[in-house]
Amino acid sequence: MPIEQRPLLKVLHYLGMVLLMAAFVIPFLWMISTSLKSYAETVIFPPKWIPSKIMWSNFTAAWESGPFLKYFMNSVVVSISILLLQFTTIILAAYAFARYRFKGGNLLFGITMVTLMIPGQLIFLPVYLLMSKWGLLNTLFALILPFSSSAFGIFMLRQSFKQVQEELIEAARLDEAPEWKIILKIMVPMARPTLVTFALFSFIAHWNDYFWPLVMTTTDAARTLPIGISKLREVDGGAAWHILMAGNMILVIPILIVFSLAQRHIIKAFVYSGVK
Amino acid sequence: MTLWSRLRPYVMVAPSIAIFSIFFIYPIFYMIYLSFFNWDFINPVKEFVGLDNFTELFRNNEFLQVLSNTLNYTLLTVSLSIVISLFLAIWLNREGTWYGIVQGALFSPHIISLVSVSLVWMWLMDPQFGLLNWLLQLVGLPKLEWLSSPDSSLLSLVLVAVWKGVGYNALIFIAGLQSIPKDMYEASALDEANRLRTFYKITLPMLSPTLFFLIIINLISSFQVFETIAIMTKGGPVNSTNTLVFYIYEYGFRYFKIGYASAAGVVLLVVVGLLTLVYFKLLSRKVHYQ
Repeated sequence: MPIEQRPLLKVLHYLGMVLLMAAFVIPFLWMISTSLKSYAETVIFPPKWIPSKIMWSNFTAAWESGPFLKYFMNSVVVSISILLLQFTTIILAAYAFARYRFKGGNLLFGITMVTLMIPGQLIFLPVYLLMSKWGLLNTLFALILPFSSSAFGIFMLRQSFKQVQEELIEAARLDEAPEWKIILKIMVPMARPTLVTFALFSFIAHWNDYFWPLVMTTTDAARTLPIGISKLREVDGGAAWHILMAGNMILVIPILIVFSLAQRHIIKAFVYSGVK
Repeated sequence: MTLWSRLRPYVMVAPSIAIFSIFFIYPIFYMIYLSFFNWDFINPVKEFVGLDNFTELFRNNEFLQVLSNTLNYTLLTVSLSIVISLFLAIWLNREGTWYGIVQGALFSPHIISLVSVSLVWMWLMDPQFGLLNWLLQLVGLPKLEWLSSPDSSLLSLVLVAVWKGVGYNALIFIAGLQSIPKDMYEASALDEANRLRTFYKITLPMLSPTLFFLIIINLISSFQVFETIAIMTKGGPVNSTNTLVFYIYEYGFRYFKIGYASAAGVVLLVVVGLLTLVYFKLLSRKVHYQ
């Protein structure tokens, strides 16, 4: 498209890009700026962008206002456990769905596809009742178990497993390689891009999740970082924006770092999940 | 065939199917069952009330307002988000470092926790000291109440949702645009068709599968909005931002009206179910194409 040939359009085009960037970068800059201010500087109007004194103490104040080490460790344990369990369950199931024909296989795959479309927001109430019956509320099990397999993961991985060349598997079978060896030595390496994609997708989703831990926990024992950060609103009557934004930074920075390192990969992961 | 080789596929899918059945499929039926009872969660006896919970729901003005809030929120969010992201996709679908950076910035809210997004926007929208009101004043416009007034609260939440969602939608659109064969455009350039015509005659029809998918995915997710409401407004002021999932949450966990909350859950189930049916219809057609 010949933007370059028309000076007015060219100016508008770049001006638009700058404004667009601003709309997405300024909220983050505002968060960073606020997190380094003193309380007094958060309540002046018009606002100041650069704090006159950098208040690193906001971060310790946020971290010490609750059991944040506990929240942080819970978040780590939950996201990592979910990922490891999912890897085990989805590799097995995807292999069976991709490579075996068995009675009822279509029905079972149908159940998987239906699950793909059931959001947590729909079933939290009955699942809460189940968890309470089993005494699992306020434990990490309530946060991990329902997500220890992934319909989305099975769907994605089944596609990649299907694309592995038949000859490779036949050759391995002629060598009398056991099935588990075929899975680990042929299928998993061939599907590596899909597995990386899925891992990024799953980790980010569960690290960020607020809804499920909110519903399943009422004590700090099993609360995760997003719940802890959202509770900072209640510190000092709720208007302590400098502390809130400092806490928010603790939640956002790890994800932003991962994103800047693996931006291409992450974008591909999410776009793929939408397109397929 | 040995017994083991016949059993093997079932053993391999068993863990996943068990998890799906226990935590996703069974709860749907349990919720439908509960919607016919009066139960406070503590009393060991559930009282069967037939369809009373449903009639109570639709006679309750609060619930009707919740439904209309949810609908308004969903339609506004989805239409704005789709139109803006389609525009951005066509604009930014170019090679070059800067376009990559802008696309990355646009996408970044999508991978950030809704907790963070909500807190940052609450602060941006603070009526007294927030940045948005300062920007409004800078260009000579009056300050707004944002989340604190029932007139603007729902729109403020729509703004946040659009901000969070456009980057993702735009990237999916870009992926769709890039799959349109280049020679189609070359043919239309020969015909000297103008840009608007090219858009209606080529881009839009070729993009329609992507467009429908995005509309449905966005409808389903907007209809279940919860996080921004729980964090930013708690349904207020005066119920202006109370939406379906938040309503279910409140009736289940604050008022312990399990049957009533389940009935509201069944309403959500019907809506999501219908949208999902349409989605699967499109999905099967799309798979057929490939």
